[in-house]
Amino acid sequence: MYDFALQRPQSLNEAIEALSAEGAEVLAGGQTLIPTLKNRLASPDVLVSIGGISELQGVSETDGTVSIKAGTTHGVVAATVESYPALASLAGNIGDPAVRNRGTIGGSLANNDPSACYPAAALASNASITTNKRTISASDFFMGLFETSLDEGELITQVDFPVPDAANYQKFDQPASRFALVGVFVAKYGNDVRVAVTGASEDGVFRWSEAESALASNFSSSAIDGLEVDSEGMIEDIHGSKSYRANLVKVMTKRAVAAC
Amino acid sequence: MATVTMTVNGKSVSGEVEGRTLLSDFVRNNLNLTGTHIGCDTSQCGACVVHVNGKAVKSCTMFALEAEGSSVTTIEGMANPDGSLGTVQQAFQDNHGLQCGFCTPGMVMSAAALLEENPNPTETEIREYLEGNICRCTGYHNIVKSIQAAAAAA
Ligand SMILES: Cc1cc2nc3c(=O)[nH]c(=O)nc-3n(C[C@H](O)[C@H](O)[C@H](O)COP(=O)(O)OP(=O)(O)OC[C@H]3O[C@@H](n4cnc5c(N)ncnc54)[C@H](O)[C@@H]3O)c2cc1C
Ligand code: FES
Ligand code: FES
Repeated sequence: MYDFALQRPQSLNEAIEALSAEGAEVLAGGQTLIPTLKNRLASPDVLVSIGGISELQGVSETDGTVSIKAGTTHGVVAATVESYPALASLAGNIGDPAVRNRGTIGGSLANNDPSACYPAAALASNASITTNKRTISASDFFMGLFETSLDEGELITQVDFPVPDAANYQKFDQPASRFALVGVFVAKYGNDVRVAVTGASEDGVFRWSEAESALASNFSSSAIDGLEVDSEGMIEDIHGSKSYRANLVKVMTKRAVAAC
Repeated sequence: MATVTMTVNGKSVSGEVEGRTLLSDFVRNNLNLTGTHIGCDTSQCGACVVHVNGKAVKSCTMFALEAEGSSVTTIEGMANPDGSLGTVQQAFQDNHGLQCGFCTPGMVMSAAALLEENPNPTETEIREYLEGNICRCTGYHNIVKSIQAAAAAA
């Protein structure tokens, strides 16, 4: 790991100020960034740790919305979110307990790993991602593999999830990494159904629109029996071929609908 | 270099560290507390688990400076004040919960964190909680038995 200066601002304003410096980067839970630094895949001059900022911690639930501050750990989301059980259970199945005690929602969304869990929840819920500059709808946030619409030095401060009528997340574990080999998040808002898929596509998290239309008129797992997922553009690695992943998308979607 | 101060196993300690100094390196190299093991250094194996403000964390995936002002417990802090083994440690010894012992400090720290959250875990809950702790020797069976025994003894 190359060396850097580590700063621990105590307020949001100080953090934003520190991030405006050349070569500065946010450090949240470090569960992705520290391994990346060890591999010398990043070489920031300054890391701005947001762990000590109380304004970036905590969950609040009002009027059908769950609001989560960016620095809230997966463990806290799992233990405190009550009105959106599918979201709490997703957080409680990320990695392992020690990872959940450090890793944060802001870090997970900013990183946009193609196999991460939170991006699926955010996209299926059309969550609003608020930064120090603006609010971005999840539909406009994820831009492909590890890419988001965040600008340099822009800090996620809060994520708001509209609570659906029904929802479920099905994760097919990749037991070595503990990420999702394929994960499908289904959320139903009235007659509108959103299906977000992680772990499968080379372009990162995506919505399976054919399944969404089929489920909008008939919300049952049999509604997608006749659909096929195109294996073109799916991830292929030692854990699964393109067609294996394409098939898993369908299987996990059916399971998620059945569990709603 | 910067100065970091924290409480480790009940004692206030401080030391000079770089930004990149990991908490695992700080406890092993600065404090000579070598019971915390480095198995993978890639956040996978859990041999380096310590408690920071009561929460289990992988000390190879946290910087020492992030623990400024925190209360840290390592495996050395798990023994009784008279030096005899603590409840979880004793249960591992009694139930043959270790073979080579390399993973054991992390197993004991994770087990203690679990029992703090959930004093009477089921076998499934124990196995799920140990998802981030890898053991190459025991096949986990006696580790689970040890934790069940520790829960019963507490
Ligand atoms: C063993 C293991 C298993 C895991 N399993 C899973 C899993 O099953 N599912 C899953 O989804 N994830 C998994 N993860 C990843 C984990 O959820 C990470 O915590 C997460 O991806 C990154 O969050 P972090 O808070 O640790 O961010 P960091 O590692 O601190 O940061 C990651 C990136 O995001 C940026 N960043 C952080 N916070 C902000 C912010 N508020 N605003 C703007 N940019 C920011 C950082 O600059 C950095 O580029 C796993 C990790 C490990 C080590
Ligand atoms: S040494 Fe920290 S997880 Fe393996
Ligand atoms: S006892 Fe040898 S690795 Fe667990």
